[in-house]
Amino acid sequence: MKKPVSPAMALWGWPVVMAVLTAMGLFCGLWGDGPWDLLSWLGLGVPTVAALYFGLRGRTARR
Amino acid sequence: MLSARSLRVWSWLHKWSSLVCTLFMLLLCLTGLPLIFHHQIGAWLGTEVEAPALAADTPRVSLDRVMQVARQRFPAKGGMFVSQEPDDDKIWYVTLSDTPTSETDLMQVAVDARTGIALAEPKLDRGLMFVIYTLHVELFAGLAGKLFLGFMGLLMLVAVVSGVVLYAPFMRKLRFGEVRRDRSTRTRWLDLHNLLGIVTLTWAFVVGATGMINTWADLVVQYWRNDQMAEMVAPYRGEPPLKQLGSLEKAVAAARAREPGMKIGFIAFPGTAFSSEHHYGVFMRGAEPLTARLFKPVLVDAVTGEVTASRTPPWYLSALLLSQPLHFGDYAGAPMQWLWAVLDVITVIVLGSGLYLWLGKRRAPQRSTRPARAAQREVLP
Repeated sequence: MKKPVSPAMALWGWPVVMAVLTAMGLFCGLWGDGPWDLLSWLGLGVPTVAALYFGLRGRTARR
Repeated sequence: MLSARSLRVWSWLHKWSSLVCTLFMLLLCLTGLPLIFHHQIGAWLGTEVEAPALAADTPRVSLDRVMQVARQRFPAKGGMFVSQEPDDDKIWYVTLSDTPTSETDLMQVAVDARTGIALAEPKLDRGLMFVIYTLHVELFAGLAGKLFLGFMGLLMLVAVVSGVVLYAPFMRKLRFGEVRRDRSTRTRWLDLHNLLGIVTLTWAFVVGATGMINTWADLVVQYWRNDQMAEMVAPYRGEPPLKQLGSLEKAVAAARAREPGMKIGFIAFPGTAFSSEHHYGVFMRGAEPLTARLFKPVLVDAVTGEVTASRTPPWYLSALLLSQPLHFGDYAGAPMQWLWAVLDVITVIVLGSGLYLWLGKRRAPQRSTRPARAAQREVLP
């Protein structure tokens, strides 16, 4: 059974994930080359793609 | 949950901090976009210097020869800086000036490190990219322009933080990423503003904060000179100014011997902001992405060519040096540049939609009578 999501989690869950991913992306690239660069692109890429996806396609309310 | 009063305070903060800085932020985003790709644009415009292909182990000519070649082009000027790009040790960029502290009439000669042939004279004070760069950094207003833009950056940070606080009351009834496209244009832009703002929040904050730190670069370097540099060169205090400089090659070889694992970032001639009256300041960089940014200064006696001091940069200089890549996005390869560019454009949309929402509110004041709408208007900038 799915637990009900608390209002705070519903509101801040994804924004916090995006913030952590971005921070990870920004610092991994500075830390090393090779695999660190990959992590860096991933960290910064996910929020960027999310912004483009939701911004361009949108998710209209289905309630 | 925000009380009505704190909601009013935060929305006031968000409105005014954004309004004051928005036009400047738009300018910074638009001029920053080409700056992300300045190397590629330089290659495309033909202003980027390219060294001919030679065997990788081709011996390097002496730096004294490099200086000689550069000064032949501008006999009236003296050495100011000699530098290399982090990823290309085939070219020395020699900057020449009338005095070591000149800010205008600087000339640069790119010299092939293998053959000692002058490859080009990159123009430091004209061209499209120069205009874009100077607008971005100082609005053609020198230190005052930098500090002004730094203050605008601070306002932008206030706008980002207050925007995050205001995200909650707007999004309480919406799912993450929801853009109500079936509602008014205004609602759609409001949702888009919230979505793009919250997703790019960390990037915008980091780029804004590091940009602000970069505006203090001159002051930080000045402070470092008075602080650590003064201590390092204390034994030379009161000595007469130098008439003749010793071998640069010897000085750089001594610095290399002191820091064998590091490469030359740049060399500052005596009397410049990055050295003393009696020293070559040789700034070494490490091989890792992080240490490549953290220049380590090695001071070499400009007459004898002996190392007199070498110190890890203090925290404030490290902070400045690390804030550069985090602002420029010039690390982790080309994908990083493209991410920087897309995030820059998204920031333009956040700025533009914020302005649109404010203008729209001014044009149609309090038309709505529905309480929910009225509450929403309350928090709108």
